Amino acid sequence: MSESAPMFDLTPTEEEFMTREVMRRFAAEEMAPKARAADEAASLPDDFLQKTVELGLNFMPVPEALGGVGAGHQPISNTLTIEDLAQGDMSMALAVLAPLAVINTVMKWGSSAQQARVADTLLLDQFAPAAIALLEPGLSCDPANLSATAQQQSDGTWHLSGKKSLLPFGPEAKLLLVFAKAVSTAGESLGTRGFLLAPSLAGCSFAREQYMGLRPLPLYAANFSDVALPADAVLTDDFNLEQFLSLSRIATAALAVGTCQSVLDYVKDYVNERVAFGEPISHRQSVAFMVADMATELEGLRLMVYRAASQAVQGLDCSRMAYLAHRQAVKVGMKIGTDGVQLLGGHGFTREHPVELWYRNLRALAILTGLVVA
Amino acid sequence: MINLELPKDLQDLSGLMRQFSEGGLRPISRKYDSLEQKELPEELVELGALLKAGRSSSSKKEGASKPEGNRNGNNMRMTVATEAMCWGDVGLFLAMPTIGLGNAAVEAVASDEQKAEWGELFAAMAITEPGCGSDSANIKTTATLDGDEWVLNGEKIFVTDGYRCRQVVVWASLDTTMGKAAIKSFFVPKGTPGMTVTRVEHKLGIRASDTAQIVFENCRVPKANLLGNPEIAKTAEARKKAFGGVMQTFDNTRPIVAAQAVGLARAALDLTLDLLKEQGLTLDYSKNYHQLSAIENDLYGLEADWESARLLVLKAAWMADNRQPNSMNASMSKAKAGRMGNEVSLKCVEICGQLGYSQTELLEKFARDSKIIDIYEGTQQIQQLIIARQILGKNSSELK
Repeated sequence: MSESAPMFDLTPTEEEFMTREVMRRFAAEEMAPKARAADEAASLPDDFLQKTVELGLNFMPVPEALGGVGAGHQPISNTLTIEDLAQGDMSMALAVLAPLAVINTVMKWGSSAQQARVADTLLLDQFAPAAIALLEPGLSCDPANLSATAQQQSDGTWHLSGKKSLLPFGPEAKLLLVFAKAVSTAGESLGTRGFLLAPSLAGCSFAREQYMGLRPLPLYAANFSDVALPADAVLTDDFNLEQFLSLSRIATAALAVGTCQSVLDYVKDYVNERVAFGEPISHRQSVAFMVADMATELEGLRLMVYRAASQAVQGLDCSRMAYLAHRQAVKVGMKIGTDGVQLLGGHGFTREHPVELWYRNLRALAILTGLVVA
Repeated sequence: MINLELPKDLQDLSGLMRQFSEGGLRPISRKYDSLEQKELPEELVELGALLKAGRSSSSKKEGASKPEGNRNGNNMRMTVATEAMCWGDVGLFLAMPTIGLGNAAVEAVASDEQKAEWGELFAAMAITEPGCGSDSANIKTTATLDGDEWVLNGEKIFVTDGYRCRQVVVWASLDTTMGKAAIKSFFVPKGTPGMTVTRVEHKLGIRASDTAQIVFENCRVPKANLLGNPEIAKTAEARKKAFGGVMQTFDNTRPIVAAQAVGLARAALDLTLDLLKEQGLTLDYSKNYHQLSAIENDLYGLEADWESARLLVLKAAWMADNRQPNSMNASMSKAKAGRMGNEVSLKCVEICGQLGYSQTELLEKFARDSKIIDIYEGTQQIQQLIIARQILGKNSSELK
C-alpha cells in the first residue's frame, strides 16, 4: 500500500472519538435545552460563550509557541466538531465557531505577526468574540468579485470601503477578518484578500440585523468608510480564495448534517408516539418512507462532507467535493427541515416544538459562506 | 482515520475494469441491445475468460496478507469492479458467463465433493414467481422428499441468465403452511429432466441479458442438492432467525447491485459532459448559484446525487468487509443508488435533447437500462420499508 492512498475507513481516531464525546455532551447539556429560549429572546444564553472556553477549541490549531496546543489544521476534527455542536443548536454553534474561523484562516494564511496578534487577542480565559466578514448585502454575493474594496496607498497602507452583512458580533468583536477586493496603487485588481482589523477603528459602523432564523446569533451589517489600515493588515500573498471557500463549504455542510440529525431524532420519536386512527402514525408507509428518505439522504450527505474534509486533510484537491457537499446540504438540509415540520402536522408549525426553529435555521445554509471554516 | 478515497489496489482495479469496459463492452453495447438474442453474445466467451483469469490472479494476492483492523476486502472489490463494468454496459455485465447471481449461494455452502462434481459454476437465481415478487416468503414452488431425492414443482419468472446459465439455484418451500422457515434453496443443473425454460422476456432494457421463465414439473434432484440446513426450525423465534439468515445474503448483494446504478449513472454523466464540452460547457465547481445556467445547475445536482449514492454504496460494502451489521446501510445504498441511477440517466437524455433520445448515442439505452436497478434485488419501496423499520424500531407486522 502506498503512503499516498491509505485504506477507505470511516473510523474516527481515538482522539477524535474522545473529542466527540465532549462536544456531544456539551451540545446536549448546554445548547439543545436552551435553544428555544435563546431563539425567543434573540440572544445567546447568559453565560453560554464563556462556558465554551472550556472546550478549548480556539487553542487547537495555534502553535505551542503562541500558547496553543499545536495540533495544526485538522479539517476532519473541525468537521466532526461543527456537526456535533450544530446538533445542539445551529445559532449557538455559529457563535462558538466564528472566532475559530478567524483563527484557522490566519494560522493558514496569516503572517507570523498576524498569527501572534490573533493568539494574543483571542486565546484568553475570557471568551473573545471574533468573526469573518465576507458576505455583502443584497440578492447575491460573489466572493471572487466583491463590492467592498481595499485600495492600496502609495505608502503601502490600505483604505477599506464597503458594506458587509451577516457578520457575527460586529462591534463587540475583538478582531474582524474582512474580505475585500484589493486594488493596487496602479489601479489593478489583486483579487479577494482578507484584512485583519479591530472594529473600533475610525470609519467602521454597525447595525444589528434580524433574520428568519439564527436569531440568538448577534448578526450585524457593517459599513466601512475609508477605514485606514496598516500595510501589514492584509493576509499573505499565498492566500487561496478557492481553498478558503472549499473549507467554508465543508463547514457549512457540516452544520446541516448536525442540524438534520436533530430533526431526524426528534421526528423519529414523535411519529412513534403520535397516534392516529388507532395506531402510531409511524405504522403508515407514507410517514415511515419519509423518515427512511430523511435518514438515507442525511447519511449520503454526511459521507460527502467527510470525503471533502478527508481530502483536505490529505492535501488533495477538495474543491469539487466541497462544492457538491455544500450544494447537497442546501437541498437535502432544507428537504429534511421541511419534512420535519410536515411530519408533526399542525404541531410542527407551533413554537411548542423545535422543528419550526430548525426549519428557519436550515434555510440559512444557502447563504452562509465564510462564517465557519473546516 | 477517516478517509473516503480508495486505496491504490482498488483504484487500480477500477482503472483496469474501466479499460475492460471501454475496449470490450462498449463496442458491442448497441449491437446486443438491438439483437436482444436468447443466445450468449459470442464475444462474451472470450471476455468472460479474460475476467476470470484476472479474478483468480487478484484473489491470490489478497490471500497473501490479511492485515488486522480496518479491511478493504472482497465486498469493496466487488462494488468497485461492478461499478466499472456497469459503466461499460449493465446488460452485458449481467450476461457475463460465470458471474451468475447464484454462484455465491452455492460457494457458501457446497461441500468440496459437490463443487468438484458440479463443475464450473454459472448459476442463475430463481426466486420470483408469477404470484410472488417482493414477498418472497410467499413462495408456492414446492420441494417434496421422495426417497433420496427432492421433487420440485412450480413456476419461476424473471430469472436473470435463466436461459444461458449452466445451473439454477431455486427457492422452494418444504411446507407452504410453515411460511418463511420452510423455504430452502436447491441446486439444479441444466438438463435435469422436469426443468424447462418456457419463455424469454422482451424487456425495456438490459436486453443483452436474458431473463427467463422456468417451469419445474416433478423435477428430481439428489437430496444433497438442498443448499444449507434441511431442517424446518421448530419455534417461531428460530424460524424467524432461519429466514433472516436467507435474507442476510442481501446485505452483501444489495451494495453490489447498487454499484451497477453508480456505474451506469457515471456513464450517462460522462457522455453528457463530453457532448456539452463540444458546445463549450465545462463544470468548474466554483461558480456561485447566481452565475449558473439552468443546465449547469442541473448537472451539479446530478453530480451531487451521484456522489451521495456512490459513498453510501462504498460504506455498505466497507461495513460488510469489516463484519459490521449493515442491513440498513445496504438498503440505503440500494434505495439511493436505484433512484439516482434512474433520475440521472433520464435527466441526461433530457439535457442532450434529440441527441440524448436518439439511438446514435447510448444515453437512451442507459435510461432504459437504469429502471430495472431500482426494481430488482428489492424494489425502492422494499428498501424504504427495511430502512424505516430499523430506524423506527418496528417489525414487519407493525410497519407493513
